[in-house]
Amino acid sequence: MGSSRESQNPIDLDDLYRDVILDHYRSPRNRGAREDATVSAEGFNPSCGDEIQLSVAIVDSTVNGLGFGGSGCSISQSSASMMTDALTGRTLESAREMSRHVQQMLTDDTFDLDAVDLGDLEALSGVAKFPVRIKCGLLAWKVLDQALANATGESVSDDSDIPTRVTSG
Amino acid sequence: MTTTRAGAPLDTAAIRAQFPILSREVHGRPLVYLDNAATTQKPQSVIDALTNYYSTMNANIHRGLHTLAEEATAAYEDVRQQVAAFIGASSHREVVFTRNTTESLNLLAYTLGARLRPGDEIVLSAAEHHSNLVPWQLVTQRTGAVLRFIELNDDQQIDVDTARAAINANTRIVSVVHMSNVLGSIAPVSEISEMARSVGATMIVDAAQSAPHIPVDVGDLGADYVAFSAHKMLGPTGVGVLWGRQELLADLDPFLGGGEMISVVTREESSWAALPHKFEAGTPNIADVIAFGAALDLLNEVGMDAIAAHDADLTHYAVERLSRLEGLDIYGPSDPADRSAVIAFNYRDIHSHDVATILDRSGIAVRAGHHCAQPLMRTLGVPATARASFYLYNERSEVDALVDGLLEAGERFGFAR
Ligand SMILES: Cc1ncc(COP(=O)(O)O)c(C=O)c1O
Repeated sequence: MGSSRESQNPIDLDDLYRDVILDHYRSPRNRGAREDATVSAEGFNPSCGDEIQLSVAIVDSTVNGLGFGGSGCSISQSSASMMTDALTGRTLESAREMSRHVQQMLTDDTFDLDAVDLGDLEALSGVAKFPVRIKCGLLAWKVLDQALANATGESVSDDSDIPTRVTSG
Repeated sequence: MTTTRAGAPLDTAAIRAQFPILSREVHGRPLVYLDNAATTQKPQSVIDALTNYYSTMNANIHRGLHTLAEEATAAYEDVRQQVAAFIGASSHREVVFTRNTTESLNLLAYTLGARLRPGDEIVLSAAEHHSNLVPWQLVTQRTGAVLRFIELNDDQQIDVDTARAAINANTRIVSVVHMSNVLGSIAPVSEISEMARSVGATMIVDAAQSAPHIPVDVGDLGADYVAFSAHKMLGPTGVGVLWGRQELLADLDPFLGGGEMISVVTREESSWAALPHKFEAGTPNIADVIAFGAALDLLNEVGMDAIAAHDADLTHYAVERLSRLEGLDIYGPSDPADRSAVIAFNYRDIHSHDVATILDRSGIAVRAGHHCAQPLMRTLGVPATARASFYLYNERSEVDALVDGLLEAGERFGFAR
């Protein structure tokens, strides 16, 4: 009855609601659209209604800053808030790599967390233990992928589970 | 036994003993199942009816001439009679089995919608489940008919005045939810039926939430068509009911074509089987319809009046306890007497998904999100809510567990108890 698997690998709410996550939820960083944005995108999660709007200022292939808006659960909003902090000052390439790593951390249980340095974002690793909440953690990163792809003139493959679109840029 | 007089409290211990799932644990805690508006749990008698059907009489119905087919056909048709009696239909011919409420409503949208012209008006309410909204949006795309909405009044209820404001001489179809799966409120359906009739419109009632919780008599509702789902009233998934007035169903074109629903078929054309078979194309969900009969037996044995009284008692108790929590907002009518068995709420600034995840760790199952009613969420001005919904096996102690779970969620998000 479900609990047998759990007794080998106990899942605790503390894994999901790390202090860093609750802190970013209660005191979001970089909330609001950036006036100097060069590209903006948005996305939502149709199954639960969480939504994220993202504005990104990119100059010379560097992310100068990000701003986010939207509404949703602590996981979706703190994921976006931590992302805006973590990506500021990174090159497009490094931002992309970080996005890939965070998404792997959320979805791939063979992902080796020790092999990368994700800083505060590692707090999201516990989300992987709560299958119904993984999409909450992914939302901001899917929107980011859409924005960065637009900035470099590429297109991202359509993920109908989490639809995203460019709103300006 | 579970038999009770109307109004007397239910013997929930005896009722619970009939539902095997209620004795399981979730995350090491006893299951507190408060997601009944999504689907209800199944008594042993329903589970047994399913296995009994497959182990003793499995056969296709209305076709075979052998004993198994005869027994299966009789058992299936008996449940049609049972449903007819349960809702006060004048004949079993008025009872069509579908997959669910959604399919019943799509059947109506497809067949009645084909008769509409540009400018004809379809009246729905602000509180519709997507299943009573999207099919009609499709109709407007095909026909040029337009949607109009009965708004909520200041107390978040559909009332006679808001209904009157939406219904006029152009109205061809009125389709409203009887009991809201978010607000818990009960719409004044018989008065709205009266208004629909006075302008010559067809009246449809989505009884997906009301049929499980309050006595529903199609005559009293005054409607032309009524839709509901077995799985929300102790029955299996995969069975819906469409009730319609016999003369109206007879006049309606078929929805799906195929086996079972025909009388004579030539290469060029066909004539239709008698009601209700005209609307039951192909092999139906025989096993689950038969098991639905066992669910109706239990509802009848306990009594719908007693169930309604029990639900009302729990709802009163829950509203009273929840509204004492600081920072808790309840949506829907302010007087608990105006609602049944469904309480949508938000607590502090904690998103309902976080509330649901935290409650789940204490074994408490609630729903969180938009409840398939996104336009209503927009009207209420919230992106999502948590929702607790009760049924005949729930007890006050489970409401207490919910309140404790919420306090725990509050603590986790930094609010003192
Ligand atoms: C009011 C209402 N209408 C319609 C439905 C759709 O029911 P089903 O999913 O069984 O078709 C539901 C249940 O989800 C409901 O609550």
